[in-house]
Amino acid sequence: MTDTRDKAGNIIGTQREVRLTDTTLRDGSHPMRHRFTEQQVRAVVRGLDQAGVEVIEVTHGDGLGGSSFNYGFSLVESFKLIEAAAEEAQRAKIACLLLPGLGTIEDLKTAYAAGAKVARIATHCTEADISIQHFGAAREIGMETVGFLMLSHRIPPAQLAEQAVIMADAGCQCVYVVDSAGALILEEASDRVKALVDAIGDRAQVGYHGHQNLSLGLANSILAQRAGARQIDVALCSLGAGAGNTPTEVMAAVFDRLGVKTEVDVFQLLDLAENTVRPFIDRLPFMDQGSVMVGYAGVYSSFLLHAERAAERYGVPAHELLQVAGERGYVGGQEDMLIDIALEKAAERTGEAKS
Amino acid sequence: MSKAIAAIVGPGNIGSDLMYKLLRRSDAMEARYMIGVDPTSDGLARARGVGLTASAEGVDWLLRQDELPDIVFEATGARAHLANAPRYRELGIMAIDLTPAAVGPYCVPAVNLEANLDQMNLNMVTCGGQATVPIVAAVSRVVPVDYAEIVSSLSSKSAGPGTRANIDEFTETTSDALVKVGGATRGKAIIILNPAEPPMMMRNTVFCSIPAAVLDDKALQDQVSESIHKMVASIQTSYVPGYQMKAEPQFEAPKDIWNGMARVAVFLQVTGRGDYLPEYAGNLDIITSAAAQVGDLIAQRRIIPAKDSK
Repeated sequence: MTDTRDKAGNIIGTQREVRLTDTTLRDGSHPMRHRFTEQQVRAVVRGLDQAGVEVIEVTHGDGLGGSSFNYGFSLVESFKLIEAAAEEAQRAKIACLLLPGLGTIEDLKTAYAAGAKVARIATHCTEADISIQHFGAAREIGMETVGFLMLSHRIPPAQLAEQAVIMADAGCQCVYVVDSAGALILEEASDRVKALVDAIGDRAQVGYHGHQNLSLGLANSILAQRAGARQIDVALCSLGAGAGNTPTEVMAAVFDRLGVKTEVDVFQLLDLAENTVRPFIDRLPFMDQGSVMVGYAGVYSSFLLHAERAAERYGVPAHELLQVAGERGYVGGQEDMLIDIALEKAAERTGEAKS
Repeated sequence: MSKAIAAIVGPGNIGSDLMYKLLRRSDAMEARYMIGVDPTSDGLARARGVGLTASAEGVDWLLRQDELPDIVFEATGARAHLANAPRYRELGIMAIDLTPAAVGPYCVPAVNLEANLDQMNLNMVTCGGQATVPIVAAVSRVVPVDYAEIVSSLSSKSAGPGTRANIDEFTETTSDALVKVGGATRGKAIIILNPAEPPMMMRNTVFCSIPAAVLDDKALQDQVSESIHKMVASIQTSYVPGYQMKAEPQFEAPKDIWNGMARVAVFLQVTGRGDYLPEYAGNLDIITSAAAQVGDLIAQRRIIPAKDSK
């Protein structure tokens, strides 16, 4: 396995054959309704660190600045959780997520001061140019950088690769194909990874972030790795938005059987998932009606719980709200539009009842 | 009656839309100059085509003219306005700033126009701020708003390079205006760009925390709603006809995921007049219409009387 190097010859990204980045404490914030406690964060980080996981992401599900009416407020603010995580991690690097338009460079600096060493900057897959400032700032303060092209299924591989080039040019050291909707099916995932590797392969690494909504997060991740992805996102017990992410403990076991070196301890991860994480999850991500609709309609996975809340309040089915959100092409961050759709549906029903 | 001479600095989406607004709807201002820095700019060519004097030699050129503008509309970026503002001031030129630089006080016409007419530099906040601050002000006039949060969704096509390169400034300036003009104790702004085709109309959601007691007080809720309705009507009739609520204000009881706060949510859509970009780009209209309205009033109250008395 050769290292990816920048023009000055410095190694960038991971030196492992494949790096698992665990996002239990970030994407998992969605099904936890952003109520992670400091104690839970410490226990998970300790376990992941001991199991040899190289990067652990800790942030509100919607990134720095995500704590809000629109997405739900954090029980404990992200900076405090990052600080606790950094204290626990002996070897692992702590990562944080930032969506430009929601979080700011100031937030990134605060996260860095709290102990975050990897900046993961996420934009909708067609809007990479809003991240340029943030990559510049992250590199300037000395953070490793990762770029997220969210809802990657919405555009074809060649167009996605053009957006990846914008991020790489801005200082991003690994661009991820992010299947935020869990909508990509097998080659659809690996074709995108390959397009990115072809476009930026000698300047930055490529990563893959999957969801289980159509039950393909893990299979897609294997194909992504075969297509050249060096960084793969995972979450213990699949704890993540929608039907959750590619499960850390299973991915580690599968890569081990395939002979792909992740340098993590499968047994420790299995134990951590079973005995530390499972007990505090009150909603285990599952391929229920809503989650499958998220993947099928191609909507942002964290819309699921917001659709359920709007559905409950306005007496309309959640899966119908998700379907409309997909048809209209709403993007990550537009959680407010689910209430909007629910109000429209409720008004239609009242209209029907009257006539 | 003479007219005030207006210059637009920055020939991008906002500058171009503003130019058409001045040409089509202003009796008090003459759109004379369009200033850019790129000789190949479409915006400069467009301005020349409709009769403006256009230059790619920047503000240096503008300030060398024998006939200086009375009002400059700055539609560049925050950094450029920080550099230009002292130069306008030195020459006694009124500056209406459409960047997030915030050199002068924030001006949201539906809320604080009269209080600001004597200023020499006014900041128009952001498009999201123009769309949402009035609603926060309408709520905070009736009940205390400890926290106001807004989500502005714009179509990708309507967000030019200036907006894209200044996205942090957008959220920071808008949040600040929710507090300083809207009357909230704390503010937060979120901006989303959506590439859907056909392009989405500009949408804004405003969440204001309200005292939990409001949920049990129908009369007070009605007062809050009425205040919001009045504000929407005043914006519609005075400067943005396409500004509307998508649904009635939604009052919601405290929840743990909202850290125990109750809230009122208001869903807004802004349909543009299609002066430059099509009607989906309501985000351009709301800030350029506000700027044009301020410019008209200042021209009528201060600039034209001074000229006519000479």
